[in-house]
Amino acid sequence: MYNSNKVIPGIIIFVLIVTFPIWLNHGKAVSAPKPILPEGRCVESKEFMRANHMQLLKEWRVLAIREGMRIYTSSDGSRFWIGLQNGCMKCHHNKQQFCDKCHDFASVKPYCWNCHIPPETKEFGTAKATRLLKLFRIPVDLREGAKPKHGEHGGHGEIDKGGEH
Amino acid sequence: MKRRKFLKLAGISAAVAGGVPSFLLREVKARSYTPPPGALTARRWGMAIDMKKCWEHPECNDCIKACHAAHNVPEIPEKKKEIKWIWKDEFEHVFPEQPNEFNNIVFEHKPFILLCNHCKHPPCVRVCPTKATFKREDGIVMMDFHRCIGCRFCMAACPFGARSFNWVDPRPYIQEFNPEFPTRMKGVVEKCLFCYERLEKGQLPACVEACKHKALIFGDLEDENSEISRILKERFSIRRKAELGTEPSIFYLIG
Repeated sequence: MYNSNKVIPGIIIFVLIVTFPIWLNHGKAVSAPKPILPEGRCVESKEFMRANHMQLLKEWRVLAIREGMRIYTSSDGSRFWIGLQNGCMKCHHNKQQFCDKCHDFASVKPYCWNCHIPPETKEFGTAKATRLLKLFRIPVDLREGAKPKHGEHGGHGEIDKGGEH
Repeated sequence: MKRRKFLKLAGISAAVAGGVPSFLLREVKARSYTPPPGALTARRWGMAIDMKKCWEHPECNDCIKACHAAHNVPEIPEKKKEIKWIWKDEFEHVFPEQPNEFNNIVFEHKPFILLCNHCKHPPCVRVCPTKATFKREDGIVMMDFHRCIGCRFCMAACPFGARSFNWVDPRPYIQEFNPEFPTRMKGVVEKCLFCYERLEKGQLPACVEACKHKALIFGDLEDENSEISRILKERFSIRRKAELGTEPSIFYLIG
């Protein structure tokens, strides 16, 4: 082989670079997420829900909205009111400790919460598209006597403190 | 190995590897769906609005407030981007085709309560490319917000301007939100849904319940004994743009 003294180290370096993510993360297994589950049985068994909740939720939303079928009778005969805000989240109170735990881990981004309101929400923050609002010249916070955002307030506070010192 | 034999073997092994185990693993279940037992039902929901009673209290906006609070309707100050499910407008705008010049004097600038007409032949349903808006068996022109792609064909088709488009994220404009109903997101069309979520629970629509002067009468238009049918038989009523043939289910009692 011509230039074997260059080609072979080249191949070795190439293989090392390509397999870099594999050997860098070797033996560093990230522990599986542990969502906080409420006590008792969900509408179906834990194993079924873990594997099929997305299909079930989709089936629910179609049947509830389009066919008016609001009551679900599960495989063990118990009945449930179909709904995300008025059903699921009545037991799974905490979206961050339940939904988000696995979804963040698996990097899936379901768009349920674009419209549905998680139970812990007390107030909506400013929209992410604030820049767009500004583009349309819409004031961002319209509530009467609305306080400035936390960020701004904190910022001013720090400057004031600096002045005192 | 002959080709024939190979293909047979491949077929059998594919069936064993793919089809059979998944069939065995499938949970055999008697899961079922039913409508809620206490729900209010009708063959065709409709509403009669007693404008004579309404005009006695020009300052009252209880129906609008109740509806918009129950459904997380944002208050966007800019007219072009506003969202409305139920609102007021004056006679000249509501009945532009009225040819009687004296009517125009009698009703000049009189406010009318407006909402989705839940037409018998809804043009918005005909044009929706995703079936996000559809006609329920009980006459409600329903919206499945999950499916709306924001094309606004329905807004172009609706002759009553009953539909609003979310040009911006509505959430910052909601002052008090109802945790039992979702909001909408940017890029979705919305309108009055005749409180399908309250009918399911056996309750009357929020506007009807909120009207302390009993000017809103809600009921089954195809039930001869319902209150609304009796009132419509006794009193003179008009509908918006009846000549278009959409057959609105909202009747205005003006006489």
